[in-house]
Amino acid sequence: MVLLVDKYRPKSFDKMDIHKDMSQQLKNIVNTGDFPHLLFYGPSGAGKKTRVMALLKEVYGVKAEKTKLENKEIKVGSQLSKSITVTTLSSPCHIEINPSDSGNYDRYVIGTLLKEIAQSAPLDQSAERNFKVVIINEVDLLSREAQQALRRTMEKYVKTCRLVLMATSISKILSPIKSRCLCIRVPAPTSEEISTVLQKVAKQEVFNLPKAFCDEISEKSEGNLRRALLMLEASKAEKYPFTAGQKARLPEWERFIADIAKEIMEDQSPKRLLEIREKYYQLITNCIPPELILQKLANYLIVVVDYDVKHQVSHWSAFYEHRLKCGSRPIFHLEAFTAKIMSVYKRYVKLLSFVNNL
Amino acid sequence: MSSTAPWVEKYRPNTIDQVVYQDEVVQALKKALESSNLPHLLFYGPPGTGKTSTILAIAKQLFGPELYRSRVLELNASDERGIEVIRTKVKTFAQASVGMQSVANKAGYPCPPFKLIVLDEADSMTKDAQAALRRTMETYSKVTRFCIVCNYVSRIIEPLVSRCAKFRFKALEPTLLRKRLSEVAEKEQVKVTNDALDRIVDVSEGDMRRALTVLQSATRTFGKEIKPNHVDETAAVVPDQEIEDLLNACIDVSDKKDMFKAMQKQCAQIVRRGHSAVQVVSQLNNHIISSKNLTNVQKARIALEFGNVDKCLTDGADEYLQLLSLSSHILRIKAELDPKATGSSNEDAMSVDDD
Repeated sequence: MVLLVDKYRPKSFDKMDIHKDMSQQLKNIVNTGDFPHLLFYGPSGAGKKTRVMALLKEVYGVKAEKTKLENKEIKVGSQLSKSITVTTLSSPCHIEINPSDSGNYDRYVIGTLLKEIAQSAPLDQSAERNFKVVIINEVDLLSREAQQALRRTMEKYVKTCRLVLMATSISKILSPIKSRCLCIRVPAPTSEEISTVLQKVAKQEVFNLPKAFCDEISEKSEGNLRRALLMLEASKAEKYPFTAGQKARLPEWERFIADIAKEIMEDQSPKRLLEIREKYYQLITNCIPPELILQKLANYLIVVVDYDVKHQVSHWSAFYEHRLKCGSRPIFHLEAFTAKIMSVYKRYVKLLSFVNNL
Repeated sequence: MSSTAPWVEKYRPNTIDQVVYQDEVVQALKKALESSNLPHLLFYGPPGTGKTSTILAIAKQLFGPELYRSRVLELNASDERGIEVIRTKVKTFAQASVGMQSVANKAGYPCPPFKLIVLDEADSMTKDAQAALRRTMETYSKVTRFCIVCNYVSRIIEPLVSRCAKFRFKALEPTLLRKRLSEVAEKEQVKVTNDALDRIVDVSEGDMRRALTVLQSATRTFGKEIKPNHVDETAAVVPDQEIEDLLNACIDVSDKKDMFKAMQKQCAQIVRRGHSAVQVVSQLNNHIISSKNLTNVQKARIALEFGNVDKCLTDGADEYLQLLSLSSHILRIKAELDPKATGSSNEDAMSVDDD
């Protein structure tokens, strides 16, 4: 069975439902026959990758869709003594890499792999496009050195290859790289746009999607179309036909975090902190990024507490998230945040009862 | 390929006379050119003011295209420039003596008997690498001149600075930027409205390279007619309206119950639209400074928070949480220190600063 997300991923610019202007602009850029290095940025689920694939198809035709997975060995380290394996996805005309997976060695991946690809001209010289496209994912997670290395490569091999960079945010990308690319912002779709897409999918799949339920999903999807479609599919698997009071099914881990938020509000004690710690460990061992845990938790907490505490939650969540990024053991910071919020909340409740008794 | 060549390269000044606005520098260098002698040079100033262009123009005028390759060594930040390279590559180049000048003289170039090493973006060189340069600069000064180009002179070690003639490059004036932009636009047959020109000048902050890049990217994306909103989109600037909305949500304290929610909604929306938080923060700062709805004391308190958030963002903290925290602080400061409010309602012990 194919997931709805993959089944209804638009393959060309004409089939896209959101950001139609942008699709037209991209078409304009490509139609001149050549394009500069591109940098796509925007939140996840906004359609960056979909756009890039459509762009490739527009440039190269169906050839771009024949992809294969390949593992490449790359020598790393100062003496080039160690070697690591990098997974790449390639077609005759493009190659996709994810250098940030290689952690500290991303510099070498950029250096060697990119050079290797860029230096070899495409075999088919008669083709009208005599350049290859290299797609680099998660550029914002690359180390500074890797980004510096990228900078030189971009200038040097501009004749044989074009880079397409993808990032969630451009804050962390060096400005020399930004200035060498045509930056394209892909904003998240609005709730209405998501609703339209959901309805369209429901129609093609021939099932009935009540408007209220559809709106609820698009509201909860946080502007992430992929998430919306997954949620729709999960809800459908859970119970169909949809009933009036049915809740959109959130991912498991999110409900888990919502529970933690509830527990913090119920009781603020060392014992409770210990219980919550267990839950944090469970989340982390299930590969939920700690930054995301903290962000979601803060969001749930902010909804339920009073104004004065809202401010505190937002302040301390930002504070501990920053610490978490700088530190090396996420669990410490998650716990510290929990303890802090507990103490703040308890103090607030005490103060409130004190004022009321006056 | 010519259509894709960056305009920055295409319209780079070819002679030193074409370098605008840096009058003192140009005058001094022209004198040096006439006597075909150069001291070691140190150029510093903000990006896009013509530092690299100037030295490249000088090199071209001195040596001409034929000898340029053998006489000029250009190293910038993307080249490997560790101490090893200084010791080997730079030293070997510096050591070599120069050949006879007769060939070049025929072509009408002065072609003085020395070579030129340009160290571009030198502030990213390590201290050790800079230290390794010191003696090299002196020993081979007969046959080699160095030109160090950097943004911050404070990042160059003192012994190097004292060996060079220093030249400061000023950020370009808006009128000059504007003039040059409209010239380029005319040559490229691009129609740019007056508002759009102003906007480009605004966002580029005296940086010629940035201005030209923005103009070219806008042309590529939106065709031959450029309007102000196109400029915002290509320069990765957040539209003023969105910043205005966020600020209004942050300082609207009339509805105590829902103000936080409204503010949170704006923050989430900005992040969802894919804007970079760093950009949002810097633009928000500009708006707050000129805002009439905040007192000076409030602005000062807010400024402290700005510093904090900027530091966190540079360290790579989550954009949404930082933006939310900042907005929440602004909201609180506005509510707490509001001169119009009757009786401060937040005098309890909940202030964050106490902790």
